[in-house]
Amino acid sequence: MTELRLAADAPAAAPVSALREGMQQAGARPRLGAYLGQLWDRRHFIASYTRANNEVMYSRSFLGQLWQVLTPLLNAAVYYLVFGLLLHTSRGTPNFVAFLVIGIFVFHFIQQSVMRGSKSIANNQGLIRSLHFPRAALPISTTGQTCIQLMVSMVVMVPIVLLTGERPALRWLLVVPDLVLVTSFALGAAFVIARISAHIPDTTALLPFVLRSWLYLSGIFYSIEHITKHNPSIKILLELNPGAEYVELARAALIQDANVQLRIWAFATAWAVVALVGGLVFFWRAEETYARG
Amino acid sequence: MPVAETQRAIRRPPPPEPGAPETVVVEDVHLIYRVAGRRRKRNEASGALKRLLTRTEQNIREIHAIKGATFTTRRGESVGLIGPNGSGKSTLLRAIAGVMPPAQGRIYTEGAPALLSVGAVLIPEMSGERNVLLGCLAMGMTREEAEDAYDGIVEFSGLEDAISLPMSTYSSGMSARLRFAIATARTHEVLLIDEALATGDAQFRRRSEKRIRELCDAAGTIFLVSHGLQVIRDTCNRVIWLEKGEMVMDGDTDEVIDAYEDRYDPDARTRRQQMIDEGAVSDDGGFGGGDVTGGEM
Repeated sequence: MTELRLAADAPAAAPVSALREGMQQAGARPRLGAYLGQLWDRRHFIASYTRANNEVMYSRSFLGQLWQVLTPLLNAAVYYLVFGLLLHTSRGTPNFVAFLVIGIFVFHFIQQSVMRGSKSIANNQGLIRSLHFPRAALPISTTGQTCIQLMVSMVVMVPIVLLTGERPALRWLLVVPDLVLVTSFALGAAFVIARISAHIPDTTALLPFVLRSWLYLSGIFYSIEHITKHNPSIKILLELNPGAEYVELARAALIQDANVQLRIWAFATAWAVVALVGGLVFFWRAEETYARG
Repeated sequence: MPVAETQRAIRRPPPPEPGAPETVVVEDVHLIYRVAGRRRKRNEASGALKRLLTRTEQNIREIHAIKGATFTTRRGESVGLIGPNGSGKSTLLRAIAGVMPPAQGRIYTEGAPALLSVGAVLIPEMSGERNVLLGCLAMGMTREEAEDAYDGIVEFSGLEDAISLPMSTYSSGMSARLRFAIATARTHEVLLIDEALATGDAQFRRRSEKRIRELCDAAGTIFLVSHGLQVIRDTCNRVIWLEKGEMVMDGDTDEVIDAYEDRYDPDARTRRQQMIDEGAVSDDGGFGGGDVTGGEM
């Protein structure tokens, strides 16, 4: 019984001042700079995990990867049927098919990023609980997956736009900065929604309605310009909607008769920067709470 | 009996030098689960609405899982946590892993502890192969390091035949083996094992015990939660006995386990003595034997 000691008599643990260097408080989050460094160290993990997830996603379906192309195409077909042919929201819009397809593909990317970002923490609890890594790697990875799908849908989109009678022009290159901005915005949004839904599980139930409403307000199958002709204040409001901005910019780049004012570029850039920086900080501030139960 | 005891003493990692550096410092830690305790009207929407409107706090029940734990571990220690179900063993590990923030008190650790627990599959839809590589990358290895570690991990897990199948098809024992192999491919200052070895077979158990000893030799600290007291005897050089969230005893492995057995299973020692006398003790008897459980919480 010599070495045995009752817990009640156990000597108090070393006071904080006596702690060795290199010890850290369990569960404490690293400073932002160190956190970004850790994220950079995990870049291979993020890349591999993104690719692997993308391959796995459709592995159980018969058509497999083909769905990456089919889903946005079917979406475009349905919206064309309903809004173009039945409801005629196309009035006043030159080249409605291209207008619709670009709108759907770009907005679908934002929607998917938010949707998958909201599940990135809950769906990876096994990984989060067993291994230490900066959790921001997960929303980055889910956004990366939607980014790959965006690239695939771009490959589909270009021939469609050509078929509708557009001709390639130098301004088509403006699509590239627009995609960079929208990706940055989508990543920021994914960070925000990932933290919110990690703490409020009801978010996943509510999110489809929010995203749907956003879709309706973003001028995907109608022209904001056209319906707000007599109502400039509503036009400004709708223009401040980042979803509408990124869509408008892509259209202006690819469709000859679509024009966009320079201030939309300014708004879109501001949204992208604010969303990414704000989103990352917002997500990081709850870093220690993402492992559950 | 002396022979068997000697064998055990050899298998178990030696206790650390007295002045070895601390690896985990737990200072008067209290851990509390807050549960929305809806005892009645569980699924009624009107009830949910009422709760939302009135915002009563009385629906939150607090479960005091750990009531003031204090201890320090040093490099080279392998600590067994024993106690009945619901005594707070797994909760304590989660807190050390940084997964659950203490309600009171502080925990300091060296490095980032890795937690291995039963049922935590890494990425179920992906093949074992992918899980190995992704697990290594997530632990911060470079791509080359991960590829170098790959063969060793697969060999250690003994899953060469199943490694290309999705992890969701693995049995709990197989996935525990793979996770253990992945997590121990990197040296961790602190490794927390929560019943993760319990589902492995005898051969894997021997291998993992060897790996645990190696990790202790490499100046790591291991925490092991298990109901298999024999496993604890074989692999731990210190044992903490928890009971309803309080530390009952903390000390030398044999002393604490003997006291624990006297409390819960007074016949265990006699049975073991009989088995040793009959020469029936085998290396593999650990996981089933000595299983002592108290009341569920």
